[in-house]
Amino acid sequence: MIFGYSLSDLWSIFVMQSFSGLSLFSVLLLMALGLTIIFGQMGVVNLAHGEFMAMGAYTVYLCSTIVQRHCPSLTPYYFLVAIVLAFCVCSFFGLLVEWSLIRFLYKRPLDSLLATWGLSLILQQSFRSIFGAREVTPVLPNWLMGAFNVTSTIQLPINGVFVMGLTLVLTLGIWFFLYHSRIGLNMRATVENRVMSGAAGINTKLVDRFTFSLGCGIAGVAGAAFTTIGSTGPDSGSRYIVDSFLVVVFGGMTRLVGTIVSAFGIAQGQSIAQFFMEGTMGKVMILLVVVVILMIRPKGLFASKIRS
Amino acid sequence: MNILYNRILGGKTGVRGLLVMAIVLLICIPCALNPFWVNLVGKYLCFAFTALGLALLWGRAGILSLGQGLFFGLGGYCMAMFLKLEASDPISTKIQSTPGIPDFMDWNQLKHLPALWVPFKSLPFSLFAVVALPTLVAFIVGLAMFKRRVGGVYFAIITQALALIFSLGIDGNQGYTGGRNGITDLKTMWGWDIRTRHAQYILYFATCLLLLLSVALLQWLLSGKMGKMLAAMREREDRLRFSGYDVSMFKIFIFCVAAVLSGIGGALFVLQVGFIAPSLVGIVPSIEMVIFVAIGGRASFFGVIYGALLVNAGKSLLSDAFPQAWLFCMGGLFIGVVMLFPNGLAGGWDWWCKKAWPFLMPAARDRSVKQPAAEFAEVSTKGQNP
Amino acid sequence: MSSSTDFLLSIEDLTVSFDGFKAVDSLNLYVDRGELRVIIGPNGAGKTTLLDMICGKTRPTDGSIKFRNQELVGKTEYAIVRAGVGRKFQTPSIYENLTVFENLEISYPKGHSVLGCLMFRRTPEIVERVHQIAEEISLKEFLDLEGAFLSHGQKQWLEIGMLLMQEPELIMLDEPVAGMSTLEREQTAELIKRICKDRCILVIEHDMEFVSRIAHKVTVLHLGKLLAEGTMEEIRNNPKVIDVYLGH
Repeated sequence: MIFGYSLSDLWSIFVMQSFSGLSLFSVLLLMALGLTIIFGQMGVVNLAHGEFMAMGAYTVYLCSTIVQRHCPSLTPYYFLVAIVLAFCVCSFFGLLVEWSLIRFLYKRPLDSLLATWGLSLILQQSFRSIFGAREVTPVLPNWLMGAFNVTSTIQLPINGVFVMGLTLVLTLGIWFFLYHSRIGLNMRATVENRVMSGAAGINTKLVDRFTFSLGCGIAGVAGAAFTTIGSTGPDSGSRYIVDSFLVVVFGGMTRLVGTIVSAFGIAQGQSIAQFFMEGTMGKVMILLVVVVILMIRPKGLFASKIRS
Repeated sequence: MNILYNRILGGKTGVRGLLVMAIVLLICIPCALNPFWVNLVGKYLCFAFTALGLALLWGRAGILSLGQGLFFGLGGYCMAMFLKLEASDPISTKIQSTPGIPDFMDWNQLKHLPALWVPFKSLPFSLFAVVALPTLVAFIVGLAMFKRRVGGVYFAIITQALALIFSLGIDGNQGYTGGRNGITDLKTMWGWDIRTRHAQYILYFATCLLLLLSVALLQWLLSGKMGKMLAAMREREDRLRFSGYDVSMFKIFIFCVAAVLSGIGGALFVLQVGFIAPSLVGIVPSIEMVIFVAIGGRASFFGVIYGALLVNAGKSLLSDAFPQAWLFCMGGLFIGVVMLFPNGLAGGWDWWCKKAWPFLMPAARDRSVKQPAAEFAEVSTKGQNP
Repeated sequence: MSSSTDFLLSIEDLTVSFDGFKAVDSLNLYVDRGELRVIIGPNGAGKTTLLDMICGKTRPTDGSIKFRNQELVGKTEYAIVRAGVGRKFQTPSIYENLTVFENLEISYPKGHSVLGCLMFRRTPEIVERVHQIAEEISLKEFLDLEGAFLSHGQKQWLEIGMLLMQEPELIMLDEPVAGMSTLEREQTAELIKRICKDRCILVIEHDMEFVSRIAHKVTVLHLGKLLAEGTMEEIRNNPKVIDVYLGH
């Protein structure tokens, strides 16, 4: 008997806690992917990324409200459409933001940090003014509720499984897109050598715009996923932004694998720690561990050695 | 005498700036504003300490820290702990189940004072801690980061994470730190009641004097070789290493100075406002401190102080009148300062002195400095031949 | 393999590889006091990487670099500088927003620690040394001019001057005459020959005429390995070198 639980109980707790950690992992991974793409590609630090996530969540909420008000019978079906819509809305806004603000800030990470923080404040206040300060939740379709009974003591929530699946599909999609498509090749070329890419006929401005809006679109999907595990308020985005950046920095920013492992480690660490310590202290412990590791190994877990 | 004039007072421009600021802070404001507003300005000036530190750290040395709230909080909490212990003497707290300990500890069923709090019963120790604790933390963090050549965005994000960790840590430990509500109900410092109007005026003047002294100290710091070193470091850090300098030690030094200034600001804040809470020391206040500096004109010591005053005054006025509008304004300020006026107030002042004023005032043209002859001729012929 | 040598600089079995690619491969190099050694070779031969390793910018994967019998591998850049090694970079890197005087003053080997910097006083001794060096590099009239306003050639000289202020025993110059006019090249050649008296100088250059003017001995690198070594005459007539670098 440890901590008053039997071993098999502990195992069940571990599995279920790991699973809730997986939901957090999904959100963090999607956010970090978007951030890495933006920072890695364009040297822009996007502190408003959390707000794009919230935007995705609010889009789903809007869809839910409209469906509930006008055709509640569509409730089981609207959710998947809403996710796609969240992607589109956030990409579109990303496009607007890139055109009006971000394109002046390439390769100026500290300036972009401040400017996007300002943007995040504006977006937060907009959410507050439009949707109110209280947290909202969309009406989730029935097939997302409830839980699997994997064994007699282990129950896995369906929404968690759904979020995981969605993240998996999206991550694979991004990986495939970046490494096996023409546009992905253009994106990677522009990052490596902007001038040469331009000389080779790649429209680097368009690539940048596309890259940024892709990153925001991914955040939108993260937001849609987020609605299944928590409620959305004007400052939901800011709650995850620091964690997401730590995931990015911790993972080394050079390889997808790094980001995945880093997101997994941080999310799971938080989830397990939060079970044994009270709420915030669990998060504090994990963040502290991450920061200490970063102080010892500043380039993150998976940084590669390149010739400077 | 020469050293005093040139190095500490900063030569002609420095003396002028100090004099103007002294007049504004010590004479104009107490005379023009009612006691409530004087106290508010005093509070803003506490943030100005942090801004000064950032002007040194970011403006002169090029290192952006998004976590100065951490040091502000360390200094503030040290002072608050002392004041709280004084206010929690056994007689005032006799209705508690355990008299003699702060009220929030009693609510959390603590039976005796935690060991961490015991040294803060002494004022000398608390004052020492206000300065020493931020320095120690800054030294450790700086050592870990700068020796490993971590800078730029990475450093900024890690300082932000540290501020978050600090505020969350305080938030989650209500028994030891007062939790989310912070440490409140502070009454006296060594028997002197800090809540009276009289006391608030004295604290205001003390804050102003300390601020002016800090500016003079920073000016002295930068007037000699150190100033040139920092200019060289901001421009070409690698090259400085090859000139034989251990650049990381200089960065650590500057980081510690900025930390101490923030800590002092935090302590003065607690004295003037009467409480401290984690919401004042986390990510959001830390990044707000950066905006004061950006608005003021990053490297100018006077500029950032005025920047802190203006932004905070704007915040108080606007959030009372139009609460919804304030965040929009603030967001707009952040964007504006990056895109439109990167040199802030100081840049604007520079432009006024060098371009606009000489243009407007013919008499000033002759006295204005560094006006090349060609520009003169162009301006005067423009006036004569339409 | 000798462990203590008479050479001022002795490099043995030096190797560095970046993710599998060997930029420098088991290189051996020995330089005497008072010798002016020029290193030539095609691009990618490993010349700049070699200097990077000596001054501490890059860490070798194998081998040793001994300067005055002190092992340099593993030391930080500023420690190597304080040990007496000075380097001039390919693109002139001076402090553009400081004056020529201040550029030289900052290179003076005093007041390098934080405390030393705070307590630093501009003594007459320092002023005299600055003037002396400024004279040496023909910039005496420009002492109050900001670095940004110097011509390209003058910036190179200022950088050499900054090196001289440090009083190093080993000076490394990476393409010191790149972008200079013919007259400036002549002046630089004279300057380098003058400062060679008590020190050893390593120069990387591509201009063969300039090399023949200054070199005591020439080392040719190719693909990270030593291709040939000897006087300018010997190198010029070496068939391997002609094939790889000099051309027919």
